[in-house]
Amino acid sequence: MGRQCSDYQLLSKLATSVRHGENSPYFYGWKKYDSNPFHPTKNPDGVIQMGLAENQLCFDLIEEWIKENPKASICTADGVHDFKDIAIFQDYHGLWNFRNAVAKFMGKVRGERVTFDPERIVMSGGATGANEMIMFCLADPGDAFLVPTPYYPAFDRDLRWRTGVHLVPVTCESSNNFKITKSALESAYEKAREANTKIKGLIITNPSNPLGTVLDTDTLKTIVTFTNEKNIHLVCDEIYSATVFGCHNHLISISEVIEEMECNRDLIHIVYSLSKDLGLPGFRVGILYSYNDTVVTCSRRMSSFGLVSSQTQHLLALMLSDDAFIEKLLSESSKRLKKRYEDFTNGLKEVGIGCLESDAGLFCWMDLHSLLKEPTFEEETVIWRLIIDEVKLNISPGSSFHCSEPGWFRVCFANMDDTTLDVALQRIQEFVARQKEGEEAKNV
Amino acid sequence: MKLLSSKATCNSHGQDSSYFLGWQEYEKNPYHEVDNPTGIIQMGLAENQLSFHVLESWLAENPDAAGFKRNGESIFRELALFQDYHGLPAFKNALVDFMAEIRDNRVSFDPNKLVLTAGATSANETLMFCLAEPGCAFLLPAPYYPGFDRDLKWRTGVEIVPIHCSSSNNFQITESNLNKAYDEAQRRNLKVKGILVTNPSNPLGTTLSRDELDLLITFITTKGIHLISDEIYSGTVFASPRFISVMEALMENKHKKNNVWKQVHIVYSLSKDLGLPGFRVGAIYSNNEDVVAAATKMSSFGLVSSQTQHLLSVMLADKKFTKVYILENKKRLKKRHEMLVAGLKDAGINCLKSNAGLFCWVDMRHMLTSKTFEAEVDLWKKVLFQVGLNVSAGSSCHCTEPGWFRFCFANMSQETLDLSIHRMKAFVDSYKINTRRPKRNSARRTLSQWVFRLSLQDRKHEER
Repeated sequence: MGRQCSDYQLLSKLATSVRHGENSPYFYGWKKYDSNPFHPTKNPDGVIQMGLAENQLCFDLIEEWIKENPKASICTADGVHDFKDIAIFQDYHGLWNFRNAVAKFMGKVRGERVTFDPERIVMSGGATGANEMIMFCLADPGDAFLVPTPYYPAFDRDLRWRTGVHLVPVTCESSNNFKITKSALESAYEKAREANTKIKGLIITNPSNPLGTVLDTDTLKTIVTFTNEKNIHLVCDEIYSATVFGCHNHLISISEVIEEMECNRDLIHIVYSLSKDLGLPGFRVGILYSYNDTVVTCSRRMSSFGLVSSQTQHLLALMLSDDAFIEKLLSESSKRLKKRYEDFTNGLKEVGIGCLESDAGLFCWMDLHSLLKEPTFEEETVIWRLIIDEVKLNISPGSSFHCSEPGWFRVCFANMDDTTLDVALQRIQEFVARQKEGEEAKNV
Repeated sequence: MKLLSSKATCNSHGQDSSYFLGWQEYEKNPYHEVDNPTGIIQMGLAENQLSFHVLESWLAENPDAAGFKRNGESIFRELALFQDYHGLPAFKNALVDFMAEIRDNRVSFDPNKLVLTAGATSANETLMFCLAEPGCAFLLPAPYYPGFDRDLKWRTGVEIVPIHCSSSNNFQITESNLNKAYDEAQRRNLKVKGILVTNPSNPLGTTLSRDELDLLITFITTKGIHLISDEIYSGTVFASPRFISVMEALMENKHKKNNVWKQVHIVYSLSKDLGLPGFRVGAIYSNNEDVVAAATKMSSFGLVSSQTQHLLSVMLADKKFTKVYILENKKRLKKRHEMLVAGLKDAGINCLKSNAGLFCWVDMRHMLTSKTFEAEVDLWKKVLFQVGLNVSAGSSCHCTEPGWFRFCFANMSQETLDLSIHRMKAFVDSYKINTRRPKRNSARRTLSQWVFRLSLQDRKHEER
């Protein structure tokens, strides 16, 4: 018995398991990027990162605001008189101003069609922390949550790893644009029931990651009816709520839908974060908003494990309360995202590549099944590796999102400047042209 | 079907204990020198508010750290996007240097073995998730920090088995009480995965002796279990004996021979030493690379804000600042400690001899009506409601002997501490009178009349 064996026994099963998901083959692209990152001048042949859903489009506006508002920092001459009070503030209720500002901001993002109660705002370590926390509150180890596919890969870690909760996929298909249907929900629920799996709830992401689509009212009502009937929870991750850029569509939040129908509000919970809408993932601002009083109380106690730094709360309380600035930011962000989306998808259309029509998010859901030799996941992986190794783009294959159909890829477009996007587009266009030439040559 | 999880509906969060109830009463009626002079003084919160002036001076001289700048260049974008769970390298480097400095540079730390977490609260929970299964146990010397009941047990399913320490030897850890705890765990069919100590101790305010450290290291070597040393108060040691970190003790030759390095882990935080609990800066330090790897991944659930990492990376890299801060902090803590100990002594109340921490472990056993925890709770309530001091009852810290209380002294102004001492003196005087006289309607005459007649002018002008 080697030392390694006894070393391993020293740790828990959690620590030694692979349920954190980081050994997944999908990190191949990331590793390639890390070892050879693109730079317009220093490394123009490097790998372009298109696998990271970050929003880098409006930093200029935020930086300007910070310069003009020195009292938002507790370290400047203007703000240092607050330093002590903020530095000792560790109350898990969060700063009153912060909670208030977040509630107001969430309302603004939903076009003031709903209001949020600051007393229900609970902090967490990013949406990562919020998603894990809500699982701890709602489910015991061995319980399960339904999740529509395709879904954000890290849910496998965030919702399952330390909580012991299982995920049961609700299969959505391209034939109806990956809409969540009643029959798909019922079918997944039945299957779980037959396997004696206890379903505690359904988790949806709206706007969707990776699809970039916004759920319509009918679908949301169908979902609420379903969860209500089954007496299970509904967790809505609305982390991309302010990334809606489509002019004929705006986010319909679950918070609006429940105002229009009878349902048990104790089953409704929203997860939010400022990582995508404001582009501030480094600040770790996660929010859980629950309509269930017991969940609010319990999660607030749990939030001790991942509170938002009071320094950050203070800064954002002031920023989010600046109505004029926020209005400008939301409007400008929407415009810039729309332009990116249009530039990118139009560029792809030029070479016959379509994307799922979408109105939100920091990415598009690209359809490459015409390039697959066969409609299999093996072929999807072949094309994916080709795109990383030859085209030097790190994009994310649909299978990493548990998509049921091969050939789909998520491509992020908001985490780079215009020049880099142009380079990426050009590379894809050339690649597609080469693939098609290759096919034609074979067919001759 | 049960709607919520067992975790949501149980009370393992521990917030129904008197520790938290005292807080709630304080919040309903908080003391304020001007606005509420008869309110409850918070002496249940181990916060360090004594050295903010040093921090504030530094901030005034270092505007770059405030403005998301490095060498005059804006790094806002970089910070806003930085969510790498390996942490900001500049911050980790500065933090390990600071940790070494607190230990007089007798040990050095490798930033690659440091994992950043959202406070020590998160660090401790994360270590439980990494080292133990649900149903396993960790041994903790009692009395211990009440928050451990939540942090170590709630979501992890781990059990705590106390190592009962006794006043007869100043609450030191002995081989006998270690073995007793281990045997108790076995009796309860709990697999012991390790020991967690707080050094310096909360609530005792004492540092572990070399002998105790050796005992612990030998014990974990024999049993093949872990030792977590929560050194959150390491920078608050204001008197001898000097602080010996478990890492220093490990360097002894006899321990080097055994490969016990991989079983020892440190928890740290800037909440006590620097007085920055709001910033949520915690850390795990381990020589066990598997623990570092697992804990790093888990830290995703509670990373430190990059804004905060940047500020502190600049602050802690300033060696002039850290030197001044560490010294000034100790000086002020020492003074406060002496003030409280002397003040209570005047009232005939002794404290456990201590050399660290933000509190005293106060012996009020002689004031109990009986040697029971019921009597302790009665006394605690009197101190809370009549005297107007929220202190922590020993039972909330799992002390086996009734009559001990933790009084915090570093989270208030000197005047407020002064007032607390006078309130206690008045209470003790009246208590003496009441215990001598047969009980009549004197019960109706509340102590508050004694206590609240006191004003700033009435009291002797104390040395500042």
